[in-house]
Amino acid sequence: MSAYAPGSVEAVRSTLAALPPDERLILPALQHLQEAFGYVPEGSVDAVADELNVAKAEVVGVLTYYHDLRETPPPAVVVQVCVAEACQAQGVRDLLRGIEGEYAVAVGKRTLVGDVEFDKVYCLGNCALGPAVMVNGHLVGRCDTRRLRTAIQAAR
Amino acid sequence: MTRIYVPRDSAAVSVGADDVARALESALAARGIAAEIVRNGSRGMLWLEPFVEVQTPAGRIGYGPVTVEDVEPLLDAGLLEGGAYALSHGPVDQIWWLASQQRISFARVGIHDPLDLDEYRRLGGLVGLERALAMPPEEVAADVLASGLRGRGGAGFPAGIKWRTVLEAESDVKYVCCNADEGDSGTYADRMLMEGDPFTLLEGMAIAGTTVGSTRGLIYVRSEYPDAIRTLRTAIDIARVDGWLGDDVMGSGRAFDVRVVEGAGSYVCGEETAMLESLEGKRGMVRPKPPIPALQGLFGNPTLVHNVLTLSAVPSILADGAAAYQALGIDRSRGTQVFQLAGNIARGGIVELAFGVTLRELVEDYGGGTFTGAPVRAVQVGGPLGAYLPGDALDVSMDYEALAAAGGLLGHGGIVVFDDSVDMAAQARFALEFCAVESCGKCTPCRIGSTRGIEVIDRITAGIDRDRNLVLLDELCETMTDGSLCAMGGLTPLPVRSALMYFPEDFHRSPEAMER
Repeated sequence: MSAYAPGSVEAVRSTLAALPPDERLILPALQHLQEAFGYVPEGSVDAVADELNVAKAEVVGVLTYYHDLRETPPPAVVVQVCVAEACQAQGVRDLLRGIEGEYAVAVGKRTLVGDVEFDKVYCLGNCALGPAVMVNGHLVGRCDTRRLRTAIQAAR
Repeated sequence: MTRIYVPRDSAAVSVGADDVARALESALAARGIAAEIVRNGSRGMLWLEPFVEVQTPAGRIGYGPVTVEDVEPLLDAGLLEGGAYALSHGPVDQIWWLASQQRISFARVGIHDPLDLDEYRRLGGLVGLERALAMPPEEVAADVLASGLRGRGGAGFPAGIKWRTVLEAESDVKYVCCNADEGDSGTYADRMLMEGDPFTLLEGMAIAGTTVGSTRGLIYVRSEYPDAIRTLRTAIDIARVDGWLGDDVMGSGRAFDVRVVEGAGSYVCGEETAMLESLEGKRGMVRPKPPIPALQGLFGNPTLVHNVLTLSAVPSILADGAAAYQALGIDRSRGTQVFQLAGNIARGGIVELAFGVTLRELVEDYGGGTFTGAPVRAVQVGGPLGAYLPGDALDVSMDYEALAAAGGLLGHGGIVVFDDSVDMAAQARFALEFCAVESCGKCTPCRIGSTRGIEVIDRITAGIDRDRNLVLLDELCETMTDGSLCAMGGLTPLPVRSALMYFPEDFHRSPEAMER
């Protein structure tokens, strides 16, 4: 956690000051802010642009380019479902239908249900033990709705 | 003290290896048995994970897949002596699936605690680096060239030529960048190597850096691999303390250090120039080539860019000689390829073999056919940009040129198997969807073509003006192939066209039938 208010110039300055000189770049700056706050708070963009002496557009460009970077605080549980080919071959479409049945929502881009966010991702590197799902950074192999329920419960 | 091995690899952990290790520890304590639990890498027999091994006078005996419920009965059956149990596979080094492989890059993975440097040395580590430091750099580069090693990321460019180019480039600052942005579905060898034997990659990078005159190494690891990132960072610290990374590599007077850079979720950052942009902290947009990265790469400096598996092959080439590596393989594909069996497959995992093995041997002999038991209908080789081959055309030799001749590509060595429930029109559509989501947007054929392609496929499968739209799709694929800046847009037509060519019947069903 940062000692400074989210989005404050001080938070950005202290984040950049903690980085070695060759890492004082847009992406590492945003990644470290996200590490401190869980997201990239509003207001950080101007401060990062000022401190790194780059155009605001460049910072916004990076912020909106990478899937990992988020502009809103994450909920308690983040579920990333791999929907790439190897997991398709192992029945991820059934898992998605199962989630839809259980949570009454179709998994799209950062779909929020209560305190759980479902997101589609492409490959978690567990392609022989799919469907693969990551719950708050923990990999779940051979995932079905029962195993997913247990993992979500454990993550809360 | 008896050693029991429980893998720490994240694939093993994803099916309960941590739970098994904990259960084993408390059961041993309750029984008052003194035994050491070693968290090794995975042997790569992923269908047997969690795969527990015990060291006995008769060698290591393996059990799997072990669940928490198996722990007590397994101990009752005499686990510590390698006792008989339903899940026993006997002596691990006699399991055909493993014993028949030619493991070079993966020689140590699964055998030891990946962060135990003494074990790394005992198993032959650091011999390559020591040899390289005693040779003139030109000779090291010549050895890499003579070994026939080609880029394992997928492009297959001769590694030795890159080394020579960077070595001869005049610059005070040079970089070695390891591409560990393993985004292809069906591939996980980079991850397993980084988690299971990180010192091999670091040694390969140290050889590369001290050879080409670079002092700075970077490993760009995708954020989806948190365990690999943690393991690598710890391994780097250990190597620094031991004196083979840092200001004075093994007392040679040459400096080389490595830093891990975490990606932020972008498939196209696995393309080398997009990766360089990302390493510079920018959007991962593809750069036109030339200039080639070997001359103008990271921050405009000469940069040696290699995939994890390319760099990990280097220590053994230096330790055992280029000729030994070159002796393996077929035609212009020399050495071994780490194949990854994935998808709907009975025995998925890592198969490292010399180039020239057939796809059928990999899918049927090693893979054991599908997990579901249904017939193999399609196999996608080489990731999301690779071709779909029909189940009855698996006799192709697995090497760069033979696969290209068969209309496919080797890519990073991933093999994804589908059974007869697959809908190939849906797979073709997905290839374009993926391209639309992950395109960096720099060039028009990829950025716009992918979305237009989805619309055209939807019209074809809906039966709207089918013949005209098939022609249109073909023309669109041609534009993407010829007009895209990098492989993302350039190769997306490969899965689309192969699906159309081999499975035309899937594109001619009624919309109702599509909704299965």
